Amino acid sequence: MDKKLKRVDLIFSEECVCKDVLTTSLKKSNDDILKDILDSGLRGRGGAGFPTGLKWKFTAQETSEEKYVVCNADEGEPGTFKDREILSRVPLKVFGGMAICAKIIGAKHGYVYLRGEYQFLKAELEKALVEFHATIKELGFDFQIHILMGSGAYICGEESALFESMEGKRGEPRNKPPYPTIAGFRNKPTVINNVETLVYAFMICRIGTEKFMELGTTDSRGSKVFSISGDTPIAGIYELELGMSLEDFVEDFGDGDTKAVQVGGASGFCVPRKKFKDTIIGFEGVPTGGSMMLFNSSRSMYNVLKNYVEFFEEESCGQCTPCRVGCQQLKIGIEAVKKGEKSVHYLDTLQKLADTMKVTAKCGLGQSVANSFSSIVDNFKEEMIY
Amino acid sequence: MANTVNIKIDGIDISVEAGKTVLDAAKELNIHIPTLCYHEDLCVAGNCRVCVVEQEGAKNLVASCAMPAQEGMVIHTNTHKVRNARRHVVELLLSEHNADCTKCYKNTKCELQDLASEMVINEHMFLDLVPEKNYTVDKQSSSIIKDDSKCIRCQRCVRTCHELQHVSALGVAYKGDQMKISTFFENPMYDVVCTNCGQCVNRCPTGALIEKNYIDQVWDAIYDPDTHVIVQTAPATRIALGEDLGMESGSIVTGKMAASLRKLGFDSVLDTDFTADLTIMEEGTELLTRLKKVLVDKDESVKVPMFTSCSPGWIKFIEHMYPDYLDNLSTCKSPQQMFGALAKTYYAQKRNIDPAKIVSVSIMPCTAKKFEAARPEMRDSGFQDVDLGITTRELAVMIKQAGINFQELPDEKFDSIMGASTGAAVIFGATGGVMEAALRTAYEIVTGREVPFENLNITAVRGMEGVREATVKLENVLPAWSFLEGVELKTAVAHGLTNAHQIMEAIKKGEANYHFVEVMGCPGGCIGGGGQPIPTTPEIRRKRAEAIYREDEGMEIRKSHENPEVQQIYKDFLGEPLSDKSHWLLHTHYHKRKRV
Ligand SMILES: Cc1cc2nc3c(=O)[nH]c(=O)nc-3n(C[C@H](O)[C@H](O)[C@H](O)COP(=O)(O)O)c2cc1C
Ligand code: SF4
Ligand code: SF4
Ligand code: SF4
Ligand code: SF4
Ligand code: FES
Repeated sequence: MDKKLKRVDLIFSEECVCKDVLTTSLKKSNDDILKDILDSGLRGRGGAGFPTGLKWKFTAQETSEEKYVVCNADEGEPGTFKDREILSRVPLKVFGGMAICAKIIGAKHGYVYLRGEYQFLKAELEKALVEFHATIKELGFDFQIHILMGSGAYICGEESALFESMEGKRGEPRNKPPYPTIAGFRNKPTVINNVETLVYAFMICRIGTEKFMELGTTDSRGSKVFSISGDTPIAGIYELELGMSLEDFVEDFGDGDTKAVQVGGASGFCVPRKKFKDTIIGFEGVPTGGSMMLFNSSRSMYNVLKNYVEFFEEESCGQCTPCRVGCQQLKIGIEAVKKGEKSVHYLDTLQKLADTMKVTAKCGLGQSVANSFSSIVDNFKEEMIY
Repeated sequence: MANTVNIKIDGIDISVEAGKTVLDAAKELNIHIPTLCYHEDLCVAGNCRVCVVEQEGAKNLVASCAMPAQEGMVIHTNTHKVRNARRHVVELLLSEHNADCTKCYKNTKCELQDLASEMVINEHMFLDLVPEKNYTVDKQSSSIIKDDSKCIRCQRCVRTCHELQHVSALGVAYKGDQMKISTFFENPMYDVVCTNCGQCVNRCPTGALIEKNYIDQVWDAIYDPDTHVIVQTAPATRIALGEDLGMESGSIVTGKMAASLRKLGFDSVLDTDFTADLTIMEEGTELLTRLKKVLVDKDESVKVPMFTSCSPGWIKFIEHMYPDYLDNLSTCKSPQQMFGALAKTYYAQKRNIDPAKIVSVSIMPCTAKKFEAARPEMRDSGFQDVDLGITTRELAVMIKQAGINFQELPDEKFDSIMGASTGAAVIFGATGGVMEAALRTAYEIVTGREVPFENLNITAVRGMEGVREATVKLENVLPAWSFLEGVELKTAVAHGLTNAHQIMEAIKKGEANYHFVEVMGCPGGCIGGGGQPIPTTPEIRRKRAEAIYREDEGMEIRKSHENPEVQQIYKDFLGEPLSDKSHWLLHTHYHKRKRV
């Protein structure tokens, strides 16, 4: 088959270069590295897409004696399994990215917050850590990485809930501001990055800014690891250039009968066939933390939506009203419409509720429920009713 | 960093102290923003989301209670978007809520109801979720009812119990739609570390946490022709009751309260202040005796510091958390319980009434007093010493039920016997008051002179600082107390159990060396008790405390040992402080409880 999309091989290549990259990077000035990361246009791969260089810069500017770098490996978004792959294949690059970040911001300790279900990775990671710690000791760099196991709740992937969880408290998101760059883990300035972000930062130090910028588009520099699942003959992990059109993507990965693609998992958007052509996958279009789930015409979009809403209903931390109660209402609301107990117009009421959740919920979870809800209800209204 | 920031709210410019929130700034401008999870006493939660406002340039609405004011911010508190959002939030809360207002104790006193009424909600926008829930009601505690079907999950109670009381009897359990406020293993409130302090009750915006009320039982007793119903009123009730009856905080209503109780039909209107004075006699003597045993007899079985024992929230706290220090507690019962024991003995004899026919009611600023009254230790008179304990709030309800125009009532006096009191007794109601009253008496016993403070006001132990210390040097003592010559009596005062915890840890680590420590379970002491009018805030506590000290200054007698009825009871009945009879009726011991 002729592939439309270029496969990229940055993330998983050459694990062994870790030491070389660290040797050069640790010799460079902080400002030079920071400039590279900023210029590269690298944005967070965990979902929100915040410019990584800025995050590091803000944290570096804080004067605190105590700072932290945290690797977010809680990977809980349904349909996402790329961090698991990265951690099992190239853990030294992840640690390397953390070390470079630590050097820039002035952190002595780093933490990997590992999803509870990934317990099986821990032994291998600990092994890799021994090698890593030996390397940086040799290079005379004072930095320790610790692995902490997650509690099993999706919400603990949200950065501030993750800090709470790391501190031994209930995983509930905090009020923002203050942001982690000022008050993160133990209320100290903290950089928290997704596993993949850290590897790209590391790779930028390895291959240089220009090489990285050759990939992707102005708004979405570089490549990204996608977890491709659903109705596709070739499900799996793929590293692809950002800024592709969904049409090309479906041509490569669809089964010929794709009616919709859920971009970015439960908290992402559902794009129907008629919009494939105009949809760009990237920060200028529809962003994704990595999950791409394809649906063919045999799928009931009502069931798809109901699954998502049930997921949120259960995974909401439950502290804030719009999210805790809103999710329950969205769920019983679509059920009532489906059963004919509520008229079609009730879907409009629910849409408005979803809009309110977007602007009033305390954290990204509640704020993003409207993404899948509205995009599915808008585009597949008939399936919601009949 | 600049010390002030300039922001604009609803078109009005304002400059506020850095660190203040948008809500604080709006308050300064008298712009009302509705709130539910916010409480002045607690850290910000930002979870109800009813206080959202629009910030120009921000894509989402912001929670004004949690958003720090930042230079140049432009805020709108009353836009279409804001109104819709708030409406949705309240509708969502109602959809999870068993909104059966006419059957709810908080009816007309509920923050959720107020909001719903402000928004004019005629028909519910969303589906009713209550049938899907397995809400439970826990009525087993003698002090507190917890009704999950009325809970809006604002976590005020959780923050109260953790931050103010260092007890953490309440916490959040489960997540998502199952999320609820729960106790350890979901055990009933009576079976966990809860101290019954009622601070959570005082802060709960709805009917989810309420005191167990005994209003009907009190009415039944009053209407029963065969009973003799007596009532005692705690020091802190007389400066707070007015708040629930339309008066300003800080109003002194001692005379109106006595008058209203008589109108309600109590057979005898008496005063806990009487036994507060008696407590000083017993506890002051106990302190001096302990000091003698420790300093002269070197008796190692006797423990100092001695802790006060009048606050039942504190008693239960120490039983759970610091059982090793139970011997440091004064053996004195609380004034409520001294009163109860004497009512069915001394009072019954003097008035020639069959104690079996006496119903003893107490009006308390406190929910823990309900639990205390029901303790098995508290039956020394041969009966349950205090039959029914009700809060300041419940009394206000009864006064309204009786149609009494409280504000117009002429002042009346307490009955006798057991109705006379002093300024020293009144100040029991504020943190530091027991210490001050004890010092006024103990110093005089030891030296034969009045305490060396202007106008008897020992200001060092007053105030709202969490932990306060004071040292009093004993010089030129009377011959009988020569062993105390030159001794610097070291005292400390703590209020709110978080501060109690702090002082206990210091004592445990050997960092603090006190002779006498006063602990009150509630912030501010009884003036801020869990049974006091809602709201109770730092400002309101300050006003109530001021009123307490004004009441003290206005009293003819200001030292417990000069209370004529106290002198009389020792002459006629008890003999002397710490006599056998005193020990039988006025003293007790407490026991270790489990930690969870
Ligand atoms: C509900 C929720 C769950 C999240 N889960 C994850 C996660 O599993 N992994 C992750 O990297 N980021 C997750 N995030 C995003 C993080 O909060 C944070 O933005 C991210 O770790 C920042 O890293 P980045 O800048 O490298 O993307 C989640 C956010 C929300 C709101
Ligand atoms: S939006 Fe949901 S997950 Fe986030 S704080 Fe609110 S209830 Fe918790
Ligand atoms: S808690 Fe408030 S809203 Fe709920 S039933 Fe009681 S009075 Fe009504
Ligand atoms: S019990 Fe009351 S204070 Fe506690 S969360 Fe529920 S409504 Fe709020
Ligand atoms: S009564 Fe006091 S101790 Fe008990 S739960 Fe409430 S705040 Fe905590
Ligand atoms: S009052 Fe601000 S979120 Fe509850």
